Amino acid sequence: MQRHLISAADLTRDDAVLILDTAEEMARVADRPIKKLPTLRGRTVVNLFFEDSTRTRISFEAAEKRLSADVINFTAKGSSVSKGESLKDTAQTLEAMGVDAVVIRHSASGAPYRLATSGWIDAAVVNAGDGTHQHPTQALLDAFTMRRRLVGRDAGLGKDLDGRRITLVGDILHSRVARSNVDLLHTLGAEVTLVAPPTLLPVGVETWPCEVSYDLDSTLPKSDAVMLLRVQRERMNAAFFPTEREYSRRYGLDGDRMAKMPDHAIVMHPGPMVRGMEITAEVADSDRCTVVEQVANGVSIRMAVLYLLLGGNEPAVSHARPTEEK
Amino acid sequence: MDKQQDQQQEARPVLEGPDIARVLTRIAHEIVERAKGADDVVLLGIPTRGVFLARRLADKLEQITERKMPVGSLDITMYRDDLRMHPPRALARTEIPGDGIDGRLVVLVDDVLFSGRTIRAALDALNDIGRPRAVQLAVLVDRGHRELPIRADYVGKNLPTSLRETVKVQLAEEDGRDTVLLGAKPAAPGAHP
Repeated sequence: MQRHLISAADLTRDDAVLILDTAEEMARVADRPIKKLPTLRGRTVVNLFFEDSTRTRISFEAAEKRLSADVINFTAKGSSVSKGESLKDTAQTLEAMGVDAVVIRHSASGAPYRLATSGWIDAAVVNAGDGTHQHPTQALLDAFTMRRRLVGRDAGLGKDLDGRRITLVGDILHSRVARSNVDLLHTLGAEVTLVAPPTLLPVGVETWPCEVSYDLDSTLPKSDAVMLLRVQRERMNAAFFPTEREYSRRYGLDGDRMAKMPDHAIVMHPGPMVRGMEITAEVADSDRCTVVEQVANGVSIRMAVLYLLLGGNEPAVSHARPTEEK
Repeated sequence: MDKQQDQQQEARPVLEGPDIARVLTRIAHEIVERAKGADDVVLLGIPTRGVFLARRLADKLEQITERKMPVGSLDITMYRDDLRMHPPRALARTEIPGDGIDGRLVVLVDDVLFSGRTIRAALDALNDIGRPRAVQLAVLVDRGHRELPIRADYVGKNLPTSLRETVKVQLAEEDGRDTVLLGAKPAAPGAHP
């Protein structure tokens, strides 16, 4: 039996709704004076971060500690990885220490999948972002934020995002957040539209379960949520658009553009935001922008995922896709 | 042989609707009597059926005391000691009344008291939420077979059972009718949920 969360595409609708509902209960723990549950007492979780990410790591760490797990943080910098140790050797070291779960962030797409399926380690593997491939807990926390804002906190329990129209704007090519979101939102019944310059769309995007547009202004009036993606300059090895100014003019969200959105529509961003380029300060600081909520929701979602994968003697989350990988 | 006969035996009702209403009324009066007016009582039901019973008790207490009775629910799933013996369960709702439980008399309400492990988990959960003045326990049915030194303060009906029997509580809010059924346990032996 598999007990990993590698890709948002692995989740069935029922799994995804179960995770969102569980996260809603976990969010209540955050409102209490003692934000701790004994659920994972005696279990060891390793945060294995081969790529820098303070935000995701502390989010996972907070979730693990709130569930009383023993947490080991591993960053590649200054470890034996910089001396040339392979992923396999690292995994076998962790296995020998009796680790129950590994939360892995890696710059290589597919590293978590390799770790989960190679037989090197018996622990549950949770993908915390691999290359340009997937970031499933980010997609889940985004869906959670949308459900809370668009359907309602208590009214949303048991429900998906059927018929909601979500627009993702920006650097789709380099974005694991976009890939994970398209997969999950499609599973949850939402209609997704990608808006980006043609140079920032991946080959084969026409096979994804979503619409593609190059024109942000015409998409805004029919969007329930608009998610801006960070332009990932660190992954860009060529010129994908002429100037930042032009990108900002065509694909950035400012106050005037936000006014074209329906009144109930929300603005989302996975962070970190590049203010002035993808989003103006006016939009980022408005009460329609959910960036800070997304961070808080991230802890609840990660608690839910860890509870459902590790809380019992077998995971509660099933797997739609058994072995093949994109 | 015996077992097969048991399994064929129909579950028989030991408490019907009017009996349940009557024992809840009695428990409500006992709470008022023991808590000397029930001024600081908070009722917390344990999902699923304990919550319905807590609400019914609150209604009855309101009739007696003519005061609004704070009532909530306490999910104990995350505090169970058998979590790792089963797949993880979906969580139920924990709702603590606005004024909290600090310094109050918390009455936990559940449908069946069996091993006592659920109540142990509930006491742990309470510990994380606040510090009540005292905690009491009200159950509709006490079927015995305790595995921990825990007893109820208010019992609707003491029901001596064998471990081969099951006690099933049905309430109108969830099951469409009020009844307590005593039946034979199907096949594999396992712990009380």
